[in-house]
Amino acid sequence: MALLEVNDLTVSFYTQEGVVTAVDNLSYTIERGEKFGVVGESGAGKSVTALSLLRLIESPGEIESGEILLDGDNLLEMTTEEIRQIRGNRIGMIFQDAQTALNPVYTVGEQISEAIRHHLEYDSEDARERSIELLDQVGIPDAENRYSDYPHEFSGGMQQRAVIAMALSCDPDVLIADEPTTALDVTTEAKILSLLEELTDEFDTAIQLITHDLGVVAELCDRVMVMYAGQAVEKAPVEELYYDPKHPYTVGLMSSIPRVGDDSDRLRTIPGAMPDLIDTPPGCSFHPRCPYAEEACTRTEPGMITTGDGANGSQQSARCLEYTNDLQHGLGFDVTIDDDLSERVRGEQHE
Amino acid sequence: MSLQKFILKRILASVPVLFGVSVVTFALMHITPGDIVDQLVAANPNVPSHEAARLRREFGLDQPVWVQYLDWMQGVLTGDFGEVYSSSRDVSAVVLARLPETIALGLFGWVFAILIAIPGGIYAAVNKDQLGDTVSRFVALSGISIPNFWLGLMLMAVFAVQLDWFPTLDPQTSLLSPSMLWWLILPGVTIGTAAAANMMRIMRTSMAEELNKEYVTAARAKGLPERTVILKHVLRNSLISVTTVAAFLTASIVAGSVVVETVFGWPGLGRELIDAVHLREINLILAITLFTGFFIVLANLLADIVYALLDPRIRDEY
Ligand SMILES: Nc1ncnc2c1ncn2[C@@H]1O[C@H](COP(=O)(O)OP(=O)(O)OP(=O)(O)O)[C@@H](O)[C@H]1O
Ligand code: SF4
Ligand SMILES: [Mg+2]
Repeated sequence: MALLEVNDLTVSFYTQEGVVTAVDNLSYTIERGEKFGVVGESGAGKSVTALSLLRLIESPGEIESGEILLDGDNLLEMTTEEIRQIRGNRIGMIFQDAQTALNPVYTVGEQISEAIRHHLEYDSEDARERSIELLDQVGIPDAENRYSDYPHEFSGGMQQRAVIAMALSCDPDVLIADEPTTALDVTTEAKILSLLEELTDEFDTAIQLITHDLGVVAELCDRVMVMYAGQAVEKAPVEELYYDPKHPYTVGLMSSIPRVGDDSDRLRTIPGAMPDLIDTPPGCSFHPRCPYAEEACTRTEPGMITTGDGANGSQQSARCLEYTNDLQHGLGFDVTIDDDLSERVRGEQHE
Repeated sequence: MSLQKFILKRILASVPVLFGVSVVTFALMHITPGDIVDQLVAANPNVPSHEAARLRREFGLDQPVWVQYLDWMQGVLTGDFGEVYSSSRDVSAVVLARLPETIALGLFGWVFAILIAIPGGIYAAVNKDQLGDTVSRFVALSGISIPNFWLGLMLMAVFAVQLDWFPTLDPQTSLLSPSMLWWLILPGVTIGTAAAANMMRIMRTSMAEELNKEYVTAARAKGLPERTVILKHVLRNSLISVTTVAAFLTASIVAGSVVVETVFGWPGLGRELIDAVHLREINLILAITLFTGFFIVLANLLADIVYALLDPRIRDEY
């Protein structure tokens, strides 16, 4: 049994303009200890998916349907009390901007300790000790003294380290990291990513890493899900995704991979913008931007089709009419592998 | 900078402010026609005019304004606030006798305001845009809109006269006796209502704003009970905005005491001030205004200290 299994998750926001379907029939699984990447443009529904896992969607949002199974137990059927036992304890969360995720009026240490006291029922002294240990583990120098610092006394990179310590404090099974490095400079970004990799390996924690950046996915993840307009359009092991992408949107993303340290318009090179989620286009939601779109794409909504088995037995699948043989002309892209990228991906493989 | 230094600096900074207050008050009293002697003559028309002139000389009221001011200032600097002309009592003695009454009333008003405003504001923010919030907003708006004297009269008419639950006359017991509470409730509620309503609105707004911040989601993501999220994480941040207006609310309570003490016949400084203005008791007026000014400076300082205690980012700047 997979550690985390999301089945047909649909989340909507009832706004004044209409119903925004932010997550639309989304399914994926994460195995124990797996590093799972989620990529997609801004507004694709990545954060909403992440918050749904903790049932933290707030009004006017609502989880409409589906299942979220953690070790087989459906989080969506749990009582509020039960879901609180999961939050921070079995599923930890790292936020995009550590500065806003930390409460400015409590010490960093207290904010780590409180979860430990709450979930693990440590007394204050033990919780303090464990927090200091965690701060040390995430690479805060002089952790004992920094424990009583306030967030504003930490640099951005240190704040993110503290947030990681907080998320790991109760030794969760899954860590959800929602763009954990976008607020940081490039050098710090690299350090934080390797810290995440190191710690999740050490504790055998599964991670759902949300990012805009396919380069980050290449370095860290085992498997990737590409999201577009609230749906998964492709799921694949990381090597397959890079060497043999199946979905035109993925190919679009690939051709716009930024190099590490490159701040150019990420993902903007795919012409057009994501559709309005209130009124998604009929048929394939990507068709207004797809270079291979045909008449059929405007009428028939493609399903998620398994396109082949990955190297380690995990499947690759994509949501495109090509794979139900409904396209007349087929997909005409060629994949040429960029040396720099293949270097990174291969490095992953042979580790 | 240490806390002591901060406090000292603030108190020193209040000196020019208080000086300004005294000049303005002095000037206002001299611009308006009439003085204490006119008032005494009006009360007793048999006083011959040479007697009036003698009194003016005795009180120093025949001197040019600036000489009077300097005389007064010289006294103040040596701790002498002069005397109440009509009774020959020491101004300081009168102020000190009335002060506890006003402090008791103001404090009661404050405590009442806080007890209503903080829980009410939390409730309204947590249930934003629901029925309870709408009701509490309506109540708050009414609380702000009703004039003090009207509210006082209504409370008195309903609870003291009709229902006979509370006494209305001048309290005859000593301030510290428990039965004093009965006398305090109506004027205290009257004086605290506007502050309660104002504070509740600020509390609601700031809490609603804080609730949208990411640290709240982060606290929930840690699995903390909602009670802890609200009362520990959100409350302290929301109180920061409340303390920034606390000094302003104190000033409004102090100002309200003038009206409320008159309506309820409360023997405090506010009522004393009204009587003093009627009689043109300039020494008494100056002492009360100065004292009130100093008190508001202190309240401001206290609010700033609380502010620093609540917010570590501010603390670092001291
Ligand atoms: N509170 C909300 N009210 C209304 N709509 C919302 C709300 N939160 C999210 N949405 C909508 O849900 C959609 C998905 O948002 P989400 O934050 O998951 O995107 P994302 O993939 O995380 O984007 P980004 O990369 O910018 O973080 C967006 O179209 C957004 O408009
Ligand atoms: S279904 Fe059509 S529009 Fe959609 S991705 Fe495939 S080719 Fe493009
Ligand atoms: Mg997001």
